[in-house]
Amino acid sequence: MADLKYESPTTTEAAVALLAAGGEMARVFAGGTDLLVQMHEEMIEPTLLVDIKSIKETREITFEADYVRIGAAVTGAELGENDKLVAMWPGVVEAVELIGSYQVQGRATIAGNLCNASPAADSVPAMIAAGASVCIAGPTGTHEIPVEQMAVSPGKTSLAQGEFVTSILLPNRPSNAGDAYLRFIPRTEMDIAVVGVGVSIELNADGTCASARLSLGAVSATAQLVKAASGILVGNKLDDTVLEALASAASDACSPIDDKRGTIEFRTKVAGVLACRATKIAWQRAEKN
Amino acid sequence: MARHLITTTINGDEVEFACQPGQTLLEVLRTELGMNGTKNGCGSGDCGSCTVIVNDRPINACLVLGVELEGAQVETIEGMADGTELHPLQQKFLDHAALQCGICTPGILNMAKAFLAKNPDPTESEVRFGLAGNLCRCTGYDKIVRAVLDAAQEMRAPK
Repeated sequence: MADLKYESPTTTEAAVALLAAGGEMARVFAGGTDLLVQMHEEMIEPTLLVDIKSIKETREITFEADYVRIGAAVTGAELGENDKLVAMWPGVVEAVELIGSYQVQGRATIAGNLCNASPAADSVPAMIAAGASVCIAGPTGTHEIPVEQMAVSPGKTSLAQGEFVTSILLPNRPSNAGDAYLRFIPRTEMDIAVVGVGVSIELNADGTCASARLSLGAVSATAQLVKAASGILVGNKLDDTVLEALASAASDACSPIDDKRGTIEFRTKVAGVLACRATKIAWQRAEKN
Repeated sequence: MARHLITTTINGDEVEFACQPGQTLLEVLRTELGMNGTKNGCGSGDCGSCTVIVNDRPINACLVLGVELEGAQVETIEGMADGTELHPLQQKFLDHAALQCGICTPGILNMAKAFLAKNPDPTESEVRFGLAGNLCRCTGYDKIVRAVLDAAQEMRAPK
């Protein structure tokens, strides 16, 4: 870390300029719960840290006409304390709150969880299910992409040089909508997902499914949207036949690794089980809304 | 290399320190300021032994940089007792023998203090989840949990 520089710009434009000039050796710094660990373990040796926490818009949760905007430096603890957001997107918030300890929650951000590009990131399947998009600022201006286009492989994002995430957008909710996130871990707390499932459901007035998105984490190189799930759920009520088809679709979408925390067979089976359980929870929440 | 001059408040006192960009709060406390009460366990946010309270939130001091702390309010174990009078959590840790080697203790005390500020009347299960980010290799946790529950009860009692 001998040649490390630290900058704390107050505008998005200044951050982009610093990141573009710093090139590959520059890193975006917000919560630091992944970045500082990687530096400590000498996995990376950046020469410039660009702290984005002094940029006002990265620190705010704002409710706008079509969506709620979560600034890239908003911490997990701040998300959980925002009652309006918790009521709108309980599944996204519960996914974020599963990341690490209270101490980590005080620092870690949802945007950082996304940009770390771990296939097992808890918040990512929940965000994909939610249909979230990512606001990116860069040398050519700003643009948005769907959350599922951020990670391209484990540890690697689609961000170009000089680009960084300024905020995450979650769409506003109609009534009769609910979401949920479940994961399997060998412990009860403080662990990394072996399988993670995010589900978002909207119901019709007659109690059938109007729209559905289901996403799986930790069972492929990047978290994925299970497109078949939507076709299975939409137009139907949640009966055993539908749940069986849903479990099969989730298991069929898996292409997991085999490691000490879970075999391929186990992860594939559990993906189906958790897909059904998370869908039931999201469904119940939708009925109450 | 450029050192940054940072003014912060530690345990109620204004403190100015110079630090290098990559120095963590943990390193600043222990090496720049000689405040060795904050312990270095894993250095990667897993063990919680360096837990301090920054702007009312418990955080791992190993995962915060000194340069971030301009104007921040930092609480460490050195500020927990009021002079010679121990904080109720400290006293209950002694009463329940909730420590052995002691490396995890300052972090657990800070985490428990921040946790009880948010949840003054927790269940045993809530205490265990609240302290999930603090590892202890000696006690088996039972005495720690009992000490925190007992301290919570005392802190809730009308003075």
